[in-house]
Amino acid sequence: MSALTAIGEVLVLLGTFFYILSALGLIRMPDVYNRMQTATKSATLGSLGVIIGVGIWALGTDFGSAAWLTKTIVIAVFLLLTNPISAHALIRAAYKSGIPLWEGSVVDKYREHIDAKTTETETPEETPEEGGEE
Amino acid sequence: MIGINVYLALIAIATLLSMYRVFRGPTTVDRLVAVDIMTTITTGLMVLFALYYQRMIFLDVALVYAILAFGGVIAFARYMEGGL
Repeated sequence: MSALTAIGEVLVLLGTFFYILSALGLIRMPDVYNRMQTATKSATLGSLGVIIGVGIWALGTDFGSAAWLTKTIVIAVFLLLTNPISAHALIRAAYKSGIPLWEGSVVDKYREHIDAKTTETETPEETPEEGGEE
Repeated sequence: MIGINVYLALIAIATLLSMYRVFRGPTTVDRLVAVDIMTTITTGLMVLFALYYQRMIFLDVALVYAILAFGGVIAFARYMEGGL
């Protein structure tokens, strides 16, 4: 067993650990926003560990070549770019379709943002004061 | 050290644990979140299968699967938002 095999196997073990943590967070968290937050972060980190680990592990074996590491890095970068986009789209869809927050939640920045935008557009008489200061 | 069979079994257990949320989830977005996590975990499982069978062609399968899963999740999110 060479050093590359050992490094790759440790990375795969770490990634597997984070996969199981993401599945546990998906089961235990109270509402859909907390579930998405825990599960996406740890699943992305677990994917990076497993995929890069397989690439390094294959370099240490007799059948492996540099193409393994190149292809696994391509897959890992693709997952790292697209997982936050899909999480953002899903949570935006959940908020727009009216799913309420958990009763223990204390901060709702997106609601404050929407309220600020609506009051700004519905009360145009505040804008001459801002224009006078300029 | 531990062996690749144990890693395959642990990742399969993680996929089955997240399938609990697919069946149980109170809303549709809960099920979609669980399916999104399952596709991410399945991509890692396919990459590990490529090492298990010593075939590099399985890495291409994993990449195409990740692209298709991303497109599907984006399409479902647009549908839930009401824009499709």
